[in-house]
Amino acid sequence: MEMLIALVIGVLTAGGVFLALRGQTFPVVLGLTLLSYAVNLFLFVMGRLAIGVPPVISDAASAYTDPLPQALVLTAIVISFGMTAFVIVLAIKSRAELGNDHVDGLQREEDRNA
Amino acid sequence: MTLFFAVLTPFVGAALVALVSRLGRSHSAWAAGAVTLASLLWLAPSWHLPFAGSLLVQQHDWMPALGLNLAFRLDGLGLLFAGLILGIGLLIVLYARYYLSERDSMGRFYSYLMLFMGSMLGIVLSENLIQLLIFWELTSLSSFLLISYWQHREEAREGARMALAVTGLGGFAMLGGFLLLGHIVGSYELSDVFASGDLIREHPLYLPSLLLILLGVFTKSAQFPFHFWLPHAMAAPTPVSAYLHSATMVKAGVFLLARLYPALSGTPEWFWLVSGTGLATLLLGAYVALFKHDLKGLLAYSTLSHLGLITLLFGLSTPLAAVAGVFHIINHATFKASLFMAAGIIDHEAGTRDMRRLHGLWAFMPYTATLAMVAAAAMAGVPLLNGFLSKEMFFAEAMEVSEYLLGGWLLPALVTLAGALAVAYSIRFIHDVFFNGAPVDLPHTPHEPPRWMKVPVEVLVVLCLVVGIAPTLTVAPLLAVAAQGTLQAPLPEYHLALWHGFNPALFMSLIALAGGALIYRARRPLTAWHERTLDRLDARVVYNALLDGLVGASRFVTRLIDTGSLQRQVFLLLAAALVLGVAPWLAGGAALAGSRTGLPLDPVSFVAAATLIVATLATVWLHRQRFVALVTIGVVGLVVSLIFIKFSAPDLALTQLSVEVVTIVLLLLALYFLPQQAASEREPARAWRDGAIALLAGGGTAALAWAVLTRPYDTIAGYYLENSVPGGGGSNVVNVILVDFRGYDTLGEITVLALAGLGIVAMLQGMKLPAPSRDDTGRVWDADAHPTIMATLTRILLPLALLVAVFILLRGHNQPGGGFIAGLITSVALIVQYLANGAQWTHQRMVSAPSPQMGEGANAEPKPVYDSHPLIAWGLAVAAFTGLGSWLFGYPYLTSTYGHLRWPVVGEFELASAMAFDFGVFLVVVGATLMILVNLGGLHHALPKHREKH
Repeated sequence: MEMLIALVIGVLTAGGVFLALRGQTFPVVLGLTLLSYAVNLFLFVMGRLAIGVPPVISDAASAYTDPLPQALVLTAIVISFGMTAFVIVLAIKSRAELGNDHVDGLQREEDRNA
Repeated sequence: MTLFFAVLTPFVGAALVALVSRLGRSHSAWAAGAVTLASLLWLAPSWHLPFAGSLLVQQHDWMPALGLNLAFRLDGLGLLFAGLILGIGLLIVLYARYYLSERDSMGRFYSYLMLFMGSMLGIVLSENLIQLLIFWELTSLSSFLLISYWQHREEAREGARMALAVTGLGGFAMLGGFLLLGHIVGSYELSDVFASGDLIREHPLYLPSLLLILLGVFTKSAQFPFHFWLPHAMAAPTPVSAYLHSATMVKAGVFLLARLYPALSGTPEWFWLVSGTGLATLLLGAYVALFKHDLKGLLAYSTLSHLGLITLLFGLSTPLAAVAGVFHIINHATFKASLFMAAGIIDHEAGTRDMRRLHGLWAFMPYTATLAMVAAAAMAGVPLLNGFLSKEMFFAEAMEVSEYLLGGWLLPALVTLAGALAVAYSIRFIHDVFFNGAPVDLPHTPHEPPRWMKVPVEVLVVLCLVVGIAPTLTVAPLLAVAAQGTLQAPLPEYHLALWHGFNPALFMSLIALAGGALIYRARRPLTAWHERTLDRLDARVVYNALLDGLVGASRFVTRLIDTGSLQRQVFLLLAAALVLGVAPWLAGGAALAGSRTGLPLDPVSFVAAATLIVATLATVWLHRQRFVALVTIGVVGLVVSLIFIKFSAPDLALTQLSVEVVTIVLLLLALYFLPQQAASEREPARAWRDGAIALLAGGGTAALAWAVLTRPYDTIAGYYLENSVPGGGGSNVVNVILVDFRGYDTLGEITVLALAGLGIVAMLQGMKLPAPSRDDTGRVWDADAHPTIMATLTRILLPLALLVAVFILLRGHNQPGGGFIAGLITSVALIVQYLANGAQWTHQRMVSAPSPQMGEGANAEPKPVYDSHPLIAWGLAVAAFTGLGSWLFGYPYLTSTYGHLRWPVVGEFELASAMAFDFGVFLVVVGATLMILVNLGGLHHALPKHREKH
């Protein structure tokens, strides 16, 4: 199972990195989203994998998983939403101001026609 | 605490003064006066202490773990300076009230002035050197604000920048000097430093530390060759010049000379560096002042010259010279402040400061002229005025010391020359301006200023006179304690009197007076000669060359690092990360997998993971078909939330799920304004290169995750699990961590979210976008904007969704849920209304604030919901004030408390104060999310509906 999770994190990172290196804004935002999935998962599994032991105190429970990475990741998820929103609006703004959606704001004929 | 409050009062007052200025122009002046008086009152209980020979030191814990204390001391020197700062400050407050015109913002001026006053007080009352330095830097910053007060003038901005650059650089050097000093002594407390004078002077680090500290002193006090900033700082309003260049800013440098005199003085290095610099500045300032045509320029250079005189006196290192230095500090503050004020009055009433045009003002303003003449005579060192007394002492000391050096006559000759120059420029100030023919082409007809504008000048001029006539009855006790505070030793024998008999100093004075008159008579050929030769030399040229060089160098470095292309930048960043990440693996050779036994693989997990991987690859592969990519990335997000739920993280799963919905809605909205299809890669080679990097990054991360997951670890989770119920009153440990244990972090995080929302609104303001009426394939958008079935269903869903949100919010402390998740669910429920029914429909039905919990919202003006600023503000306020509540009970910020309540139907119900905090989180999340999405949607709404594009 650990191998599978590691693979999932790896694939998400690879996809995120590839998209983040694209030249247009939208794929970069998608790439950042994938990267934030990868990072959140990575942080989360720092508490190691455990099944059926949520960190909710009750008399019936025998064990609990590590709550700390979960608390960290919970806010990270919300903050990544804020970041995604900011970046995508920045992309829209840059298109409105510059007339194209290239990350470097380059004025290129093919970008405008695309 | 009294000294601390005396220093704190002006800082608090700065805000108060700015607030009060809304009530009217005079209010901030009154408030500033009151603040200054309040600060004086805080000092009042301790005034008598230095006179009684006792030292007041007050220590307060600040950062005890780092050994940093807030430490204040009041000795004679501190008392003298505090008196000057506050006393002259009070006069400046009064003067500025009449000086500033209708167009100038009073609140801003007085606010800056109070900041500066507080910083100066902090310097002179500090016991700790590091603390002193903090206030020192604060004076640099606040003087920057004051000098650049008239921001619309270029010379004001340039002058302020120059002052900040020079004094800031000096402050930085001084920090180094203080650190060395602290290292030598083993303490930053002044008492310890004074006690280790011999240790310091014999230490090998003495010279470096002395050089660094002197660099700070000389830049602040505008000593040669750092003098050039001071004349340029004259672009400030005259009250500022009068304050900064008489009693405060530039005196901070000589204050520090006096302050560290017991610890650093008495060595040849000190003697040559300090007195040499002082002498050079004394002569240079006096010489240039003679040729300045600007009234304030003349005063600026004369200030340089007098500061040089004081520096020279401290450099001489004899106790009597130090006494004379302190005396001249007092005298210079009084006559120079009044002269600056007089110059301001002339400028104000005549409309110019050019001495080639100002002539014969005696006929228009005889009263002001009289005041200015007395002050100028004090500056020249005419008997019966205070300047004469300290100048006599100065000449006497120069004679005293000259026996040991330079053939015995050079130093007395040079200081007499400086004295003569001072007499000459003082005569010029008086004769040119008030006599010497008729005014030339003045903008206004000059007249006497308002009554109260003259009062500060009168007070200071009277002081010049009474000190000059009867020093023993007036200034003697204050001078004695201040000199004692400087020397930190018994005072030498000295005698303040007008008449000391026929001694060399008297003859030097007489020569200076006569010589000054002669120099003034010969001013025309001298000026012509000066303008042909030395006037061309300007230290500012060197400064500008240095500055340009620095800017050029930093541009060069920036260009090396920042290529201006985000793509290349990200590439370099990733490549660097890869190299740094891979290098230890290659070098270390540790086994990849650890010893921890893993969980068995089950088929469901395998299928889920495979789905995620396929969806990720599809997103990457199809990213040019943007709608498809959006669907596949949605699948990825859903599987991620499945992973969370599988591995015992129900809170994360709920959060991820609701964030996913909001994110996809957001990206869909955004896609409306962006190209829906993208052209294929223009450089296939780049795709291959990026692919390789992506594979390496992915492989590296996977390997790292694998290596961590197969190793056992220690965790601090035990503490949280044990204390969650007894300490936080909640059984959902994740939520308790968020709202209680790490509540402060959460407060920061919701603030970030709020700021992101505000930033987005700011970006969207006034934005104009082409609104496509058809998509890329030619299909019309919005054929049926609000399908009936969807609209009807969402209306039924809304109350249910809100109910779920409330449920999730309330149970969050004990069961999976909480403010973040409830906020997201509420946002989704509301957003769906917008999507299904349109913005206008939704706004009409949500006239009050969207959350029924807000009592204030109900009777407020009907507002469209997308103005969710109040919601965010309330949320932050609730969260912050919940934390403050614990202060009332004597607990640290954000300490939680809880109790049990019985609710009908629901049963026993636990109420923790942390839940109020969580409610704040909820409000912020709803507010920020709605603000982002609805504003983005509103862009579309604001555009014309049917616009065909060809």
